Amino acid sequence: MSEDLVATHVLEFPGGYTRTTGPVIGRFLTELRDRRLVGVRTAGGRVLVPPLEYDPDTGEPVTEEYVEVGPAGTVQAWAWVGSPRPGHPLDRPFAWALIRLDGADTALVHALDAGSPKALRPGMRVRPCWRAATTGHITDIECFLPEVTSLVAPVRAEYRVTPGRALTRFLEGVRDGRFVGGRCAECAAVYVPYRESCPACGSVIEEEVEVADTGTVTTFAINNLPDPRAPEVPFVSAYVLLDGADTPMITLIGGVPAHEVRQGMRVRAVWVPPEERTLSMTNVKWFEPTGEPDADLDSTGGAR
Amino acid sequence: MGNRCAVIGVGQTRYQTRRRDVSLAGLVREAALRALEDAGLTFADIDAVVIGKAPDLFEGVMMPEAYLADALGAAGKPVMRVHTAGSVGGSTALVGASLVQGGVHGRVLVVAFEKQSESNATWALTTHLPFNASLVVGAGGYFAPHIREYMRRSGAPDHVGTLVAVKDRRNALKNPYAHLRIPGINREMVESTPMLWEPIRYLETCPSSDGACAIVLAAEDKVTGTPAWIHGTAMRSEPIMVAGRDVVSPRAGRDCAADVYRQAGVTDPRREIDVAEVYVPFSWYEPMWLENLGFAAEGEGWKLTEAGSTALDGDTPWNASGGVLSSNPIGASGLIRFAEAALQVRGMAGEHQVEGARLALGHAYGGGAQFFAMWIVGSSKP
Repeated sequence: MSEDLVATHVLEFPGGYTRTTGPVIGRFLTELRDRRLVGVRTAGGRVLVPPLEYDPDTGEPVTEEYVEVGPAGTVQAWAWVGSPRPGHPLDRPFAWALIRLDGADTALVHALDAGSPKALRPGMRVRPCWRAATTGHITDIECFLPEVTSLVAPVRAEYRVTPGRALTRFLEGVRDGRFVGGRCAECAAVYVPYRESCPACGSVIEEEVEVADTGTVTTFAINNLPDPRAPEVPFVSAYVLLDGADTPMITLIGGVPAHEVRQGMRVRAVWVPPEERTLSMTNVKWFEPTGEPDADLDSTGGAR
Repeated sequence: MGNRCAVIGVGQTRYQTRRRDVSLAGLVREAALRALEDAGLTFADIDAVVIGKAPDLFEGVMMPEAYLADALGAAGKPVMRVHTAGSVGGSTALVGASLVQGGVHGRVLVVAFEKQSESNATWALTTHLPFNASLVVGAGGYFAPHIREYMRRSGAPDHVGTLVAVKDRRNALKNPYAHLRIPGINREMVESTPMLWEPIRYLETCPSSDGACAIVLAAEDKVTGTPAWIHGTAMRSEPIMVAGRDVVSPRAGRDCAADVYRQAGVTDPRREIDVAEVYVPFSWYEPMWLENLGFAAEGEGWKLTEAGSTALDGDTPWNASGGVLSSNPIGASGLIRFAEAALQVRGMAGEHQVEGARLALGHAYGGGAQFFAMWIVGSSKP
């Protein structure tokens, strides 16, 4: 068929049809214009929302008793509209939802602006969002919105951090490619990083000692859980006991596949080039194997 | 040890990933009201409230105890907050008990909680300080090397961690409050899950939970209902980085256990303690704590696990409730251990009741395995 033989044809009654509401629907829409939701009671006592003129169960006229319902209601079921069409009430994805307003025995269909289909649950509590100007039409309710159940609370604390004298001494050493520790005169233990008091006996540590940038992996983990702030997985975080130190450092192991790292493996610090160094532990890229035979862990006291 | 003190009420919320329906205040109140109901009391009967939770950074509410005072009926009463990292639930119970044992108060309400869904624990535990190269490994990344060292020293076979993961989740199926319920849980299921922090697999770790636990403590002349009598309480701590520190079996844990056993007159914990609720957030911590707590000799803990001794029908059941591996609202996790120990000796543990339990251990640890809190409760007066 030739494309010339396709044409658009529109049927639209000029100005729109006139629809006479009758007393029941008219009452509903009048209340709606006043931003109230009402249902009508049937002879059997049920509250129909939206109201009907005749009870669908019995065919009898409904009573003249109108009952205020809602404005909140409960979602019973829904159909998600991922790509709204021009005639739809919202220009973004939404749900057509069956909503039973509080006090009603039936559900009405309306648009539910829930953001994502994942947010929808049966039993979800929702409320109408009214248009600025109401006219007595079901679209006086622009849509329903979920009730507020959570809020985002941004919390931010900003500190000026100074490393203090002991850590500054250690970082100065790291800037120069050296690990500076402190020896406790009472316990004889060497602490790396350098610190000014002994955590075992409380003595003031006065003696600075330089320890090697080689050491032994006492134990380690292979980390497979990605984190944007962490190295690329799998990465090995290890306790390395530097030669001459009595406390291990937690550090990254590199230059070797994760599954070839061993307890007892001998490693050495890989320093970034001197021109890139700052007063920070990031001067140590990682520790990598030296190729020496493994150390006997039990003679180093294990992962202590 | 001071005056006699008993647990006379226990209340728990159902532990789950997200409690969307309650605020922090609603969460703690739910547990508190259940504990009061168990004791047959109301807030009016309470003299003081002690609140415990893990770091404020978890929910971003600073000093939550001030905000929670209303929800816990604490207006006009002493209210205080305890914080000792993961062991805090246990420490909170012990602070509450000390107020009764010291004769300061007659009835104390103890509440601990966490709403982990409000942020992310790994984020909150990894506060990058300047000058350091942070590895961002979370709690699992911190404890995995210690587990590896335990495996090396003890020569335990790889599957022992799996056995604990299965055993505790089977117990959880009998606990209506437990978070993780995995019908048909078995070794294959655990072993098919990925290594998150090798040697720790996904199903060998604890969940992230929302939840609260509460207990009511009473002096002897204020006891109502069914009491669980406190026979011993102990707390210990140690520095995270000290020369010669044994991270596999921390001295603070051994000292804490020795202290609580001495108070309770326990000389052989495996035989004398009928049931233990022990803080095991990663499965391998069961054999590690079996040794640290003196239930087994060094290097032998895994053999008890492997032999089924710690199962619900074993000779020394551990974590009949499903433990931290099945429910972990961090701040509350220690108090849940203490509360479950009390439920057992009160004979009120329901489907996971250990028949005839008369003496029970509650245990919690926290930080880099630095903080320990323990109590022993019994069905008869000390």
